Amino acid sequence: MGSFIEVKDLYFKYDDPEDENKNEFALNGINLTIEKGSFVAVVGHNGSGKSTLAKHFNSLYLPTSGDVSVNGMNTKDDSHLFDIRRSIGLVLQNPDNQIVAGIVEDDVAFGCENLGIPPKEIRKRVDDALKAVDMYEYRLHSPDKLSGGQKQRVAIAGIIAMEPECIVLDEPTAMLDPQGRDEVISAVMKLNRERGITVIIITHYMEEAVLADRVVVIDKGRVFLDGTPKEVFSQVEMLKQHRLDVPQGTELVYKLRGCGFELPKCVLDENECADAIEKLLKGVS
Amino acid sequence: MVRDITLGQYMPGKSIVHRMDARSKILMLLAMIGFIFAADNYMALLLITLSSLLVVLLTRISFMMYLKSMKVILFLVLFTGILNIFYGSGQVYWEWQFIKITEGGVNNAVFVTIRIAAMVLVSSVLTFTTSPNDLTDGIEKLLSPLKLFHVKVHEIAMMMTIALRFIPVLLEEADKIMNAQKARGADMESGGALKRVRAMVPVLIPLFVSAFRRANDLAMAMECRCYNGGKGRTRMKIMKFGGVDLAALIYLIVVFAGVILCNIVFPATVR
Repeated sequence: MGSFIEVKDLYFKYDDPEDENKNEFALNGINLTIEKGSFVAVVGHNGSGKSTLAKHFNSLYLPTSGDVSVNGMNTKDDSHLFDIRRSIGLVLQNPDNQIVAGIVEDDVAFGCENLGIPPKEIRKRVDDALKAVDMYEYRLHSPDKLSGGQKQRVAIAGIIAMEPECIVLDEPTAMLDPQGRDEVISAVMKLNRERGITVIIITHYMEEAVLADRVVVIDKGRVFLDGTPKEVFSQVEMLKQHRLDVPQGTELVYKLRGCGFELPKCVLDENECADAIEKLLKGVS
Repeated sequence: MVRDITLGQYMPGKSIVHRMDARSKILMLLAMIGFIFAADNYMALLLITLSSLLVVLLTRISFMMYLKSMKVILFLVLFTGILNIFYGSGQVYWEWQFIKITEGGVNNAVFVTIRIAAMVLVSSVLTFTTSPNDLTDGIEKLLSPLKLFHVKVHEIAMMMTIALRFIPVLLEEADKIMNAQKARGADMESGGALKRVRAMVPVLIPLFVSAFRRANDLAMAMECRCYNGGKGRTRMKIMKFGGVDLAALIYLIVVFAGVILCNIVFPATVR
């Protein structure tokens, strides 16, 4: 597992004359290395700079200073643009605004068509991609008749049909209902586990972050926590200081510990929490 | 309300008309419209109407859908039809002051009504049986000779694809904004025409703002997927002229011959 994306001293300022805090940097010196095949969650509250960071990975935004490189290719170098975008697929937040064509399978083919892949190969990739996100039976539907979660999965299929090495998802579930959220997350996890695609998911749902191998917490354009979910979510106080939530189970155990109960230092989800409390109760009685 | 409009909606299916090449469908539609207007006597008109109806049957789409698409232009058809009754010359059937109904007028009215109806019918066949993407691809291919004159054919086709994709999205959004404004007490249904038009302004402004935001997002999403204009692009679906298209061409020639024959044998009823 070598480093795949490398971010060095990244500073970024929006070039928007109407922005009132135009002198503020959206990103304030970010250093980050992402390994191939990993599943990374980037979390932070609104305005923390997490989406801005995501758009640096495939050179939609270029650093004001510092460098971002993908597979050793600097995003500032125009000649690598095509190769970078081909190896890093970005899925955006609003599923409606990223579907180009009026038929599901035509939309999934859009990226491949841009890459100039032969028609037969496109057909195969499109079918594969749609099956990978469980949308194959909807291939001839019109996108507007699909639910939000289904649309977002179509958008993901459109990216995986291009066979990127890495998928970056910029708050893919922010506009979805809980069921749609589950659909999208399990589709993404499957891609990571089964195909070894590197996944970077930008989110503010801590329940999603828990599923990742690594969690990077961003606030005010800086990385302030970086580690496994256990390492990160054991620092409940620190997270709270930065106006971030922790998963409910984690919070409950944290509060119980505060009351003097003997519980493990960190649990991540409801099941672990229930087990821990059950153990405690059995020990008491 | 807007959701009832079926004009220009694709209905997936597997009929022989669905399987035809988009390019030949477009060209044949144009030819059919030409024939519809070439028919100048009742026999020819009957022939072209029946042959249009046969094509409609072959699409295996319920006739109700076609009737629905007619509903939209019903007013236009009736209006032009009724107006035409009062024009024309020949034997006078009925007269009142300066208004008179003549034989020529009645003929004109019948022809105009049937011609427009048949035209909408065959146009609906095209849009019902061809996916928007195939349609724009077909247009792109048909217009590609214009590239010689530096017409940006690919860009035009892309714009059409996107426009078709976003029409339902924006309609839904307009609906939502209207409801939101109504919830805030906006009154859009009462008052004169002018007042009602003015009431639409608070709907249109947010709609435009949102359309621009969507355009920005979409441009970004397209860039993410390596969109680089038409250069070096391949297509998943290759268009080819197959057996069905040949059969359709033969049908078209037969209809054409029939119409011409009728026009020669029978005297022209309308010009």
